[in-house]
Amino acid sequence: MNIYVILKRTFDTEEKIQITNGQIEEDGAEFIINPYDEYAIEEAIQLRDEHGGEVTLVTVGEEEAEKQLRTGLAMGADKAVLIDNEEVEDRDPYTTQALLAAYFEDKEADIILGGNIAVDGGSGQVGPRLAEKLGIVHVTSIVKIDIADGKATIERDVEGDQEIVEVSLPVLVTAQQGLNEPRYPSLPGIMKAKKKPLETLDVDDLDLDEDDVTGKTKTVDRFLPPEKQAGKVLEGEVDDQVKELVSLLKNEAKVI
Amino acid sequence: MTKKVLAVGEIRDGEFRNVSYEAVAAAKEIAAGGEVVGVLLGENVSGLAQELIQYGADRAVVVESDKLASYTPDGYAQALQAVLEQEDPDGMVLGHTSIGRDAAPKLAARLDSGLVSDATAIEVAGEEVIFTRPIYSGKAFEKKVVADGKVFVTIRPNNIAPLEKDESRSGDVSELTVDIKDIRTIIKDVVRNTASGVDLSEANVIVAGGRGLKSGDNFKILDELADVLGAAVGASRGACDAEYCDYALQIGQTGKVVTPDLYIAVGISGAIQHVAGMSNSKIIVAINKDPEAEIFNIADYGIVGDLFDVVPKLTEEFKNVVVKS
Repeated sequence: MNIYVILKRTFDTEEKIQITNGQIEEDGAEFIINPYDEYAIEEAIQLRDEHGGEVTLVTVGEEEAEKQLRTGLAMGADKAVLIDNEEVEDRDPYTTQALLAAYFEDKEADIILGGNIAVDGGSGQVGPRLAEKLGIVHVTSIVKIDIADGKATIERDVEGDQEIVEVSLPVLVTAQQGLNEPRYPSLPGIMKAKKKPLETLDVDDLDLDEDDVTGKTKTVDRFLPPEKQAGKVLEGEVDDQVKELVSLLKNEAKVI
Repeated sequence: MTKKVLAVGEIRDGEFRNVSYEAVAAAKEIAAGGEVVGVLLGENVSGLAQELIQYGADRAVVVESDKLASYTPDGYAQALQAVLEQEDPDGMVLGHTSIGRDAAPKLAARLDSGLVSDATAIEVAGEEVIFTRPIYSGKAFEKKVVADGKVFVTIRPNNIAPLEKDESRSGDVSELTVDIKDIRTIIKDVVRNTASGVDLSEANVIVAGGRGLKSGDNFKILDELADVLGAAVGASRGACDAEYCDYALQIGQTGKVVTPDLYIAVGISGAIQHVAGMSNSKIIVAINKDPEAEIFNIADYGIVGDLFDVVPKLTEEFKNVVVKS
């Protein structure tokens, strides 16, 4: 099977966010593979091990994302592609869609896996957008997938309910938490990953102009939410605290 | 300039989800005095369309089809595309729900359009519509504008207030026939898990448990509290990783991001990745035996104590107050 994973380099979820002049401070921050994309990589490796074929990782980002691609290769993916978007000034999910669509045009993927959302931008647009552009069906938020006879049977999370759907390949799926338990790269895996092919492409290489990939939306400001003040820790006997709390919620906060 | 904006309603179990009315309110804001058209897709749903008008839409368009009885990306994309072609609006609002998240990007790609996902606030400044949306799961926010094309947006449930229902309002409800074909997704089964029936993303009150609960069985004391309050039950990553509950309940940067009026955190330490998913709740209550727990730094009200003692007592007290009022 021709298996692809689209992934993104994101801030570590343990990082605090700082903003200077409307820009996110990246200095000194830890970066990781977007956690949802990690599920996608793990699933891709399992599908390859079961059905044969090859796993190709594709990311759109700046050159630093090579590190995350190497991590994915160390987990067991076979090769990787970095589509460098640094020269595109105004980017949004449309930009990523356009770059990926151009890349995938001649690829004949059987399955493309991605994360349900990225934990930074959080829009969850790129998967369904790309599938639409490639003319293939998409299934979002999957927690289980079985492939047999050119068909995928998929369990997806629909706001807590489970929906079981069947689609024919090729398909694009996005991974939800619970799909699997991503493996850690092994030491031999890390050694091998250094020699695996990693290709870098830019807008030109994909026969696109900057105009073709300029975002359709624009970020005009970024800001931090007002800091929450630590509130009132109640005192006294438990029975009294409970009474006081309910009374505060009713009369002061007015939320019940 | 006034705009014509579509607001897509969403039906669950024969009733509108609240976010439908919120979408109408959002559309009205964006329209800036222009026309708001409610849109409804489904099977045997026409009877409900008038309600979108009572919540502020000027008229409504309904696409009825047995092929729209359940959501599929292909079915919805075809139906919405047909509505867009007929109406040629300046914008469209959907809920940022399981359906909206799935359908809106597909449609945006089809129309080479931008899309602002998961907006929590809207302001109109002259020609420009400015959307606020959380990034990094609510650790920060960004303001976005549409630079090119139609104003497509999905709105986060529970953030944009619906307009008051006005039962005297009425308007035209028209049906659009769409030949929906080639649906590539076959739905085999749907398994309902949400026992209480209250969805986390739309819940006004959430009771969430962490590792402090010590077992999956002990979550039933949270269920009892949630029952009294009509609340949804959620959990921290710690509780999910320890298999006390299903990942579907997880609140945090990985998991659901929620903004209820009242969030009761029980036995949750307050790790940064959990806080990202709930810190924008209106009122936060923390119950934890560790007075140094991080969660108290963001809680409006805290009780330091043994949750197995506090929670049942709290349930009883709420029973007294809720029943009385």
